[in-house]
Parts: sequence; C-alpha cells; structure tokens
Amino acid sequence: MTLHGRWEVGGGSRRGAAWSVLFTGATGLATALILAMLAVILVNVAWHGWPALSWRFVTAGTEADMFEVGKAGVFPMIFGTTARVILMTLFVIPVGVTTAIYLHEYAHTTSVLTRVIRTAVANLAGVPSIVFGLFGLGFFIHFLGDRLDLVLHPDNPKPIWGKPALLWASLTLAVMTLPVVIVATEEALRGLSPGLREASLALGATKLQTIWQIVLPNALPGILTGGILAVSRAAGEVAPLLFTGAAYYMAELPRSLTDQFMDLGYHVFVLSTQSPNLEQTRPILYGTVLVLLLLTFALNATAILVRARMRRRQRAAG
Amino acid sequence: MAEPSHPGGRRPGWQALDRGQRARPWEWVAEQAIRVVSVTAIVLVFLIFVFVMREALPVLLGRVNSAAAQERRALPVEQMDRLDPEELRQYLELSRKEFAEMDRDTLRLLMEVKLEAAEEVPEDKDAPLNTAAWRYLLGPHQWTGYDRPAYIWQPVSSIHKYNIVPLIVGSLKTSVVALLFAVPLALAAALYVSQLAPPRLKEWVKPGIELLAGIPSVVLGFFGLVVLATFLQQVCGYASRLNAFVAGIALGLACIPVIFSIAEDALTSVPRSFSEAALALGSSRWQAAWQVVLPAAVPGVFAAIVLGFGRAVGETMVVLMASGNASLLTWSVFDSTRTMTATIAAELAETVFGGHHYRILFLLGALLFAVTFLSNLLGELVIQRLKRRLEGGR
Amino acid sequence: MDDVSLPKVRLPEPAPEPSPGGAGAGEALLRTEGLSLWYGSARALHNITLGIPPHRVTAFIGPSGCGKSTLLRCFNRLNDLIDHVRIEGRVAIAGHDLYGPGVDAIELRKRVGMVFQKSNPFPKSIYENIAYALRLHGLRERRRLDEVVEQSLRGAALWDEVKDRLHRSALGLSGGQQQRLCIARAIAIQPDILLMDEPASALDPIATARIEDLILELKQRFTIVIVTHNMQQAARISDYTAFFYLGELIEFDTTRRVFTNPSQQQTEDYVTGRFG
Ligand SMILES: Nc1ncnc2c1ncn2[C@@H]1O[C@H](COP(=O)(O)OP(=O)(O)OP(=O)(O)O)[C@@H](O)[C@H]1O
Ligand SMILES: [Mg+2]
Repeated sequence: MTLHGRWEVGGGSRRGAAWSVLFTGATGLATALILAMLAVILVNVAWHGWPALSWRFVTAGTEADMFEVGKAGVFPMIFGTTARVILMTLFVIPVGVTTAIYLHEYAHTTSVLTRVIRTAVANLAGVPSIVFGLFGLGFFIHFLGDRLDLVLHPDNPKPIWGKPALLWASLTLAVMTLPVVIVATEEALRGLSPGLREASLALGATKLQTIWQIVLPNALPGILTGGILAVSRAAGEVAPLLFTGAAYYMAELPRSLTDQFMDLGYHVFVLSTQSPNLEQTRPILYGTVLVLLLLTFALNATAILVRARMRRRQRAAG
Repeated sequence: MAEPSHPGGRRPGWQALDRGQRARPWEWVAEQAIRVVSVTAIVLVFLIFVFVMREALPVLLGRVNSAAAQERRALPVEQMDRLDPEELRQYLELSRKEFAEMDRDTLRLLMEVKLEAAEEVPEDKDAPLNTAAWRYLLGPHQWTGYDRPAYIWQPVSSIHKYNIVPLIVGSLKTSVVALLFAVPLALAAALYVSQLAPPRLKEWVKPGIELLAGIPSVVLGFFGLVVLATFLQQVCGYASRLNAFVAGIALGLACIPVIFSIAEDALTSVPRSFSEAALALGSSRWQAAWQVVLPAAVPGVFAAIVLGFGRAVGETMVVLMASGNASLLTWSVFDSTRTMTATIAAELAETVFGGHHYRILFLLGALLFAVTFLSNLLGELVIQRLKRRLEGGR
Repeated sequence: MDDVSLPKVRLPEPAPEPSPGGAGAGEALLRTEGLSLWYGSARALHNITLGIPPHRVTAFIGPSGCGKSTLLRCFNRLNDLIDHVRIEGRVAIAGHDLYGPGVDAIELRKRVGMVFQKSNPFPKSIYENIAYALRLHGLRERRRLDEVVEQSLRGAALWDEVKDRLHRSALGLSGGQQQRLCIARAIAIQPDILLMDEPASALDPIATARIEDLILELKQRFTIVIVTHNMQQAARISDYTAFFYLGELIEFDTTRRVFTNPSQQQTEDYVTGRFG
C-alpha cells in the first residue's frame, strides 16, 4: 500500500514536470510576446523615423508646406507641446502636492473627507481623456472663458478667452494628471520614515515647520517623479486637446496664453489621417512620431530612474 | 547652576504651559489652506459631472428639438431687425467669431441665401421628426430611402439621424476584441512575473511593460493605422483595411499595461505563506501559482479586467485612427466601425455650440463618463475588499 | 530651576504611591495619576500613577510591549499624532496638567526632549541637524549657533569624532555616532526633562558605555527618564526604577530596592531573568 502510494506520487510528479514546463513556458511566452510587440513598435518607428531626423527637421517650421518632405519641420509642435506641458506643471504640481500632504500628513486616515478625496482621485484617474476634452470645452472655454470676455472685454465682440487656447489646454491637462501627481507624492511621503517626523516634532517643531523643512525636502525625489510621470503622460495626450487648444496649422508660434498652438501628438494624428498622400509624407510622419516617442521616453526613463534610486535608498535606510 | 544659557533666552517657568496655546496664525492658515486645496479633486469630479451633464441634460429630458422641418421654417429677410443679435447668430448658424466679423449687408445676404435654400429643399416625410428624441436615439426607424427600419448615425445629413446604437456597439466591439487580445497575454505575463520568473528577469520585464504604458495612444493609433492594418489585412484577408479588429488589437496594446500591473499587484499581494504552504505539501511552483495564488487573487484579476475594459471603452485616439469610422451597425469585427469616443473627437469641433448635435455628443460623453465611473468604482471596490481579506488572513 | 519646588504648593497630595517608600511624593517633577491609554479599543496603559523626581535618572523596565514607550510618549504628547488614541487620567509637570485645555504641545516638546530607540538624524549635515533644532528656538545668529553646536556635540561626547566633518551628511556616521548626534540634538535646546527610549539598544558595548557615561553626566542638568531592556544598565545608571507588565505599573522604587529586595514576586522574577 505504501509502496503503491509512493509509485503514484512518482508518476504524478513526472506528469507534473511536463505540466510545469508547459505552464511556465506558456506564461513566459506571453511575457515575451508582449515585449516583442513593444520591440516591434519601437524598432519600426526608429527604423523609419531615424532617416527623417535632422537638425533642420527639429528646428524648422511649417511655413513652406506642412506636408512637404525635406521642408517641413516640427519646431512649432515641439514648442507647443513643451509650452503646454510646462504650463500644466505649474498648475498641477502645487495642487497635487498639497493634496497629498493633506491626505498623508494632516487627515485622519478614516475621516469621511479623506475617503471622499481618495474616491474622487481614483475616479478622476479613470475618466476617459476625451471626456476631459469635453469638460475643458464646456467649463474652461464656454463657462470661464465666455465670462472673462464679458467682464474684461465687454465691447470687443471677438472672443479672446472664450476660444481654444494654450491656457485652457494646459488647465485641462492639469485636471487630467492631478491623480498622477497625488499618488506619486503620497507614495513618496509614505516612504519617509515616521521617525523623521517624530524627531522634528519632539524638538518642538510645529507641523508646518516639520513638513516644510524636513518632510518636503526629503520627499522631493518622489515629488519630482510624480511631476515627470504627469508630464510624460500629458506630453503624448491628444484627445483632451482636440477642442481646447491644439491647432491644425498655425503660421506663427503662440505668443500669449490665449493663442492656440501646434502640438506633436496632434500633428501625428493630422499627418496620418489628413495627408494628401500618405506614402509620400511617410518620412515626416515617422520623424514626428520618433520625436514624440523620444520626448516621452526620455521623461519616463528619468522618472523610472529617479524612483528606482529612491526605492533603493529607502530600502537601505529602512 | 553652571549650565549654558538657554538658547531661546531666559528660561520660563512651567507656568508657561498653562498660559494656553500660543496663537500660531500661520499654522492655522496653512492647515486651512491645505485642506481647501485638497478638496480640489472632489470639486473637479463634481464639475466634470456637472458640465458634461449640463449640456447633455436637455437631450435626456427630451427638451431638444432637432426636426429638420423646424429649421426650414426660414424667416423673411425683413424680420432681421426684429431678432436680437444672439437669435440672429443662432438662426444663421454662425460662430461668435464669424458673426462678429460680419457687417449688416453680409448678414442680410446670408438671410436671403438661407431663405432660398429653405425653399429649394424638397419635402421629406421625416422632416418634422424630432430626431433627438429618445425613440430615435435608441430605436430603429424607417427613414426615407431605406427599405427597412434601421439604426442610423448621420448627424450632418439634411435629416439629422442621431441613433447612438451603432456607436455603442462599435465601442463594445473594439473593446471586446481588445480584451480578448490583452487579457490572456497580460494575465499570463502577470502570473509569470509575480510567481515564476527569476528575480533578475523581473527587473527587466516590469520596466519594459511600463515603457509600453508610456507609449502615447496617438502613437499606438498611428501604428495600427500605418503598420498593423496592412499587416493584418494581408494575414487575414478581410475587405475593409481599417476595422474593429485592427483597432481592437492596437487598443489591446494600450490595455495590456493596465491589466498587467493591477493583476501583478494582486498576485504579489497574496501572502507568501499561501504558496509556501502549498510548496511544503509537495506542489511544484506552477501548481502553487495556479491552484493557490491565482484563486486567492481572483478578485484582483477581475478588477484588472474591469479596469482594462474602462480603459478600452474610454480610449480615443487609437480607435479614431484605426477603426475606419463608418457608423455601421454590424456584429462583424472586420467591418469598419465607429466608436463613441471617436465620434466625439471627430465631430465636436464642427458643431454649433449649444445645438442638438453638440448636445448629443455631450450625451455620449456623459455615457462614457458613467460607464468608466462605474467600472472604476467596481474595480476599486473589489481591490479594496481583496486587500482587506488578504491582510486579515495574514 | 526654582520652579521645581512648585509642586509642593500646587499638587494635591497624590494617591498613595504604588510602592511604599518610592520616590518621595512631594518632590516629583513629573507625575501621572490614574493614567490610562487606549489605541483604538486596545488598552495599552492601565491606571498608572507614579512620580518622577527631578535631577535623577529613572529607568522603565519591563517585557516588550508592556507600554514603556507609550508611557514615555505621553510625557511629551507625541501620542497626539497617532489617530484614535484616547487618554484618561492626569499627567502633570510641576503641577501643570499636560493635557489641560490650554496647553501648547509644541511649547511642551521644547522643554521635554526625546531620544528615540532607533536613531533618527535628519538627512542633513551634522551641523544642520543641531542647528535645525536651535533655529526652531529662535536662535539664528551664526556665531551663537556655532557655539551651541559645539557645546552640544561636546556634551554628547561626539565633538572630537566629528569636528572635522561638521558639514557632511549625518547619515554617514556610524550607528552609535548617529545616536549620540540625536542626543546632542536633544540637549542642544536645553530641555528640562530628557526622555530616552532604549537609546543604547542597537549599539556595541563601547558605544553603550559612552552613552551611559553621558547619561550620568547629563543627570546634573536634566531630569532623565530612560527605557531599557538591559538590567545591568538600569542598575548602573538609574536612581529609580519602575517595572511594568502588560500596561500596568507593578513596582516603582529606588533602583537598589527594586534589584535587591523587590516587594513583588513578578519584579523579582523579571530582574533575575526567571521571567517567561
Ligand atoms: N501606534 C500604535 N497603534 C496601536 N497599538 C500600538 C501602537 N503603538 C504601540 N501599540 C501597542 O501598545 C502596546 C505597548 O506598546 P509600546 O510600544 O509602548 O511597548 P514597549 O513597552 O515600548 O515595547 P518595546 O520594549 O518592545 O519597545 C503594545 O501592545 C503595542 O502593540
Ligand atoms: Mg518601546
């Protein structure tokens, strides 16, 4: 009986070994497939986009013809994307960091307000980007903008604020990326050892002094990561810009917050759907995609590196 | 006493403790300010809801009339002076900017043109229908020129046809394709990375998938449109180059990182003791993963799928570029397809502010908001309950 | 420190001491009466009544989890920071109720310093670690800062080791040096009472000996309460010893009595190491 049982176990484990290989193989293969698809996209873009990249391409505008290979450049788009992203950062970082500070340093973990804020943040993170576009149009442009026009320029019949603009696009993106900043900052705050806060408070520091002089400086890398993640997320977003500020074509660079702007991501969309001849304009298209990818990846890579360093440091400290 | 003098000056007696809390106005102001700012997230969600619903509500309540016949009731030119500027602008369907740039004569001319156009339009039996009413938004209708009742989205024809069923079906089709493609891959990868992969490999795979998450959706859409569409057409040999299938695959690429990261998180948060217990009883690693860890993390996996669905339904640029955008109501994934998001993206810029088309697009937005809101809520709830259960069981 | 004599006037005669012949009732600087504390619904302190005499070293001993740290943190109201903590009873310094309605916890913490079990220097330079504390107290003048930083580092027997690298990160110091830096930081602001939560638990014998010497020296200037798991240490440095078990004060008496002739069986078992 014992012998029999032992044999069975042996047979089972042999069959088990086959299953084990199959299972590990299948899941490993799926992982490899995902990475392979990523590689295909990257290689494809790099392969076709690289020849199009030149100093001219990134510094020239579209004065001549935005669809003419060799003449068209993407400088206005790089400018527009950078401008809207920087502007967005100015809005989203203060609000996001402050919210995270409230949630982590001030609020009781179980208070109703905290729970509602957390739910709101989670929901904000899930709102589709096109809905942010609708919100930007309905709230920023037609609600705020129209009213600003009424108040500031009552006799000027042309809308100045009540139309798509750099400012409104940046604000819309700030709303969209708020959860990213909040979550990243909170993670950074959570990572700080509680001993640090206690040390400061036990010396007679007030809460504000502790936060300002001890907590924030030490959470800076994490806050930075949040900012970079938000920026890289926003840099490639197009849907929220469709009605809030991105222009199909502009002869000049935007000069004020109320101007529209050209945008890298939107330009990719324009080039791939509105081109008179896709085969011919392919080099510009691939070049633009490559520039956009390089920009977002550079930002992402920075965020990943900063975060990895931060985690390592925390692990070393903890 | 030979002690160094107190840094803050003379040492006060302990009575100082009883003198009451020192007023620290800045401390108080800062705390209140921080609290006020942190409410922003709540206010924003509320505002999004209000401002999307504000435009959509008149349609919901049946207060919008889009009957073509009503538009054709053109006004005699002499009535121009009786309208106030805003009425006139709306009557002539001009944007504020255009209206501002026109002088009186041009406006007069436009009124004449409008009158003539109205007289030229042939009578249509559908012209008196309010196509923005619920039964036309959701139900089939026998339109002039069609041989049977149909679900038609054709907002810019002479009779505005606003049936949203083809768009909903389009969104579902692309999302289902995306999930069928993404869920098996992402879950398998999550199992592999969390349970089976050697740690060194893990450190490479996770940033890789984060990189995939970092690819802007417009680039995925571009990739679907320029590369994937041609490739898949050659492989599968269907007729329409851009369709729900192509868009679904490209969309799947956008969903994989979402599903992967949530599922991986859920699988990793299953206490090590679970699988160790199984291993101690003689199971192999994959058996422990499959029979112990995965079942314990099922709610997390479910949440991953739900949130992946939310992402798929809400994604705009991929489907706008790769799905073909024909609003046909078919169940075949190989037909050109138009989704709700793509419809908003493509059409909103050309609508009249406050008009019926504008409002119905906002209605689509509200629908999207509701669907993603609910799926996120469901996903979050499930994850929280899972976390609590696993922590409680620890 | 003339105010030390105040309790005689102000304090109502306390309930009988938990252990007869303990620290003289009238002289106590810091006194708890019927102090109980709950974390949520879990009670961590049961009805603690004791008085801590000035300019002495009082040691808290007891098995892990018996509430020593919790009690210590009641003395500078650091427990205020934890959600759902509820306190009953009275804690008073020189007759002034610490949890009274108008008491400013921040002023209190400026006068009741604390050294933690796990050394927690700020990730700043050695100099800045101390200067931060001094600036909180309104000291900004550079020359005075330099002076007091040196004084405090000398006071913590650390000056000679770090005087050449004052502006390097404090995290580069060894564990024992970090702990002495934390002590230097705590004494820099001249508190009246110094609370030390197992200050030497993570240190080697040499560093421990240094810190013990330091404590004996500091006793001249401060009233010290120290938590320790090391019986020899308690015996060496403290004048009074309180033994806690499961949140209750079992015995409080002079150290000599507690270690040689305790009145409670539990205490005897614990100090002789016969305890579970
Ligand atoms: N922040 C907290 N929340 C909930 N319970 C706590 C908290 N801090 C301590 N406790 C509980 O209170 C009791 C007393 O803890 P305390 O830290 O005071 O013990 P201790 O005597 O200092 O132990 P040790 O010698 O290990 O430091 C313990 O049961 C502990 O689990
Ligand atoms: Mg302790």
